[in-house]
Amino acid sequence: MNSIVSALRIETRPADAEEVVRLKDVRRRFGATPALDGISLSVKKGEILGIIGRSGAGKSTLIRCLNGLERADSGEIVIEGRNITGLAEQELQPLRRRIGMIFQHFNLLSAKTVEENVALPLKIEGLAKAERLKRAHELLELVGLSDKAKAYPSSLSGGQKQRVGIARALAARPALLLSDEATSALDPETTRSILALLKDINSKLGLTILLITHEMEVVRGIADRVAVIDAGRIVEEGQVWSIFGDPQTAITRSLLGGIRPQLPEHIAARLSQAGGTEAILSVDLSGPEAQGALFADLSATLPHSFRLVHGGIDHIQNQPVARFFIAIPTRDPVLAEKVEQFLKARSARVEVLGYDTDHD
Amino acid sequence: MTPIMINLLLRSLWETVLMTAASGVISLVAGLPLGLALVLTNRGGIAENPWINRILGAVINGFRSVPFIILLVALIPLTRLIVGTAIGTWAAIVPLAIAATPYYARIAEVSLREVDRGLIDAVRAMGGNRWTIIREVLVPEALPGIVAGFTVTLVTLIGASAMAGAIGAGGLGDLAIRYGYQRFETNVMIAVVVVLIVLVCGIQWLGDRLVARLDHRSA
Repeated sequence: MNSIVSALRIETRPADAEEVVRLKDVRRRFGATPALDGISLSVKKGEILGIIGRSGAGKSTLIRCLNGLERADSGEIVIEGRNITGLAEQELQPLRRRIGMIFQHFNLLSAKTVEENVALPLKIEGLAKAERLKRAHELLELVGLSDKAKAYPSSLSGGQKQRVGIARALAARPALLLSDEATSALDPETTRSILALLKDINSKLGLTILLITHEMEVVRGIADRVAVIDAGRIVEEGQVWSIFGDPQTAITRSLLGGIRPQLPEHIAARLSQAGGTEAILSVDLSGPEAQGALFADLSATLPHSFRLVHGGIDHIQNQPVARFFIAIPTRDPVLAEKVEQFLKARSARVEVLGYDTDHD
Repeated sequence: MTPIMINLLLRSLWETVLMTAASGVISLVAGLPLGLALVLTNRGGIAENPWINRILGAVINGFRSVPFIILLVALIPLTRLIVGTAIGTWAAIVPLAIAATPYYARIAEVSLREVDRGLIDAVRAMGGNRWTIIREVLVPEALPGIVAGFTVTLVTLIGASAMAGAIGAGGLGDLAIRYGYQRFETNVMIAVVVVLIVLVCGIQWLGDRLVARLDHRSA
């Protein structure tokens, strides 16, 4: 029940909610190769958008265009209603204070203490020293590093450095946070804690976050919406759970590879295309359709007629995303049809992968 | 050694220290901005300007390729214009400073160029302008290298100041030539060498300590 409610919350966000970022046909070439080949997307206030792609897909260029560190050749980049394309460096400077940025390698100034690093955006803004240090301490408390205020970054761990980076990015109370592979240099446990911190900040402060990553785990852990970028184009975009449940492109499937259940290789290897005692089927369904007593209903309809080979139900953004592999005996052709009918009635995508003779 | 000789040694030491310190300070004040200008106007720098970069580079290379002893003589008119005389300790400071400035500019350039581009990006992303980047990123982050480079420059200047005896500037090098070499006073020669070793070691030690205090780049 809870998951339906929260799904509604996501779905019913008003269509005219304030857009913090809107890109229209943004293009950028490096020599002959297009890094961005007509990117259009938007990020609403309070939303977390994950942009995922392989290295070289153009995601770094894209995020750097959003605060003008990189210039687009053409197209529109609108931040909080203001078109920033074509603005001079001096005109961009005050706008950049509305946009915080965190980096893969943290980019903390080694010659400054933690509190000086966090206070730097405020120094640029022209705040008095006492005020900016006060704000820096508030932020260090928010990220759980109050005791490190006087330390130098070199004495911190990677996760702590990124927390300082986050505190620094938030110092000037930005409307938008850009995260450039912020967890890629961190171990899985630290990654989770940094993502939890970002999620927490997003809900506490209502901060809009746009993050780029090559790791689906990051998108899965934090994003509301995901856009898949490949060769400078957005090839797929949608709610995270629906992309996980039903990836449309080969590139998305390959990026999902590691965290979506796959047919175990030793079984995949012995599948034949014809003949065998069992048919191996892959089943994909997600959202409300995957809720309820799926397996109980299936086995009630078809007692003793199928075997779960691999996979199960995952939950993403509180939505069930099911992907599993079942084996059905081939001796009774009616059985296979019944299974398919049952699953298709629940709008599952079913695919016969092949036939297996030996299921041990 | 006689008290007279000791007195002479002390005076020469003072002259060397004076020449080194004065020309060192000038090379720092003039060389650091030059080094900065080289980095800022370089390809990908925050004030990219290939023409200024090329011209600056050429002028610096020009000065650096002239042997110091030639520079010492060639600059006599300029020295006379600035100091009023072409002879003596103060007169030597002009060519020493002019030789050391491009030398130090190159050393400072290397340190400044090694500052991580990501740090510049971070400060640009905060809305910092060029001046902020110079003041908050380039100079503080390169400071250990800038100080270490200055130490090297000072030691080089001590060596170069020995040649300044050619224009009557005095100093330890001059003392060693006139008394130690030309008058076969081995004691003076040894004393001068010992004083120079102590001086160089002292400067290097101070420089190293300062760098260690300034360097927070690794734990």
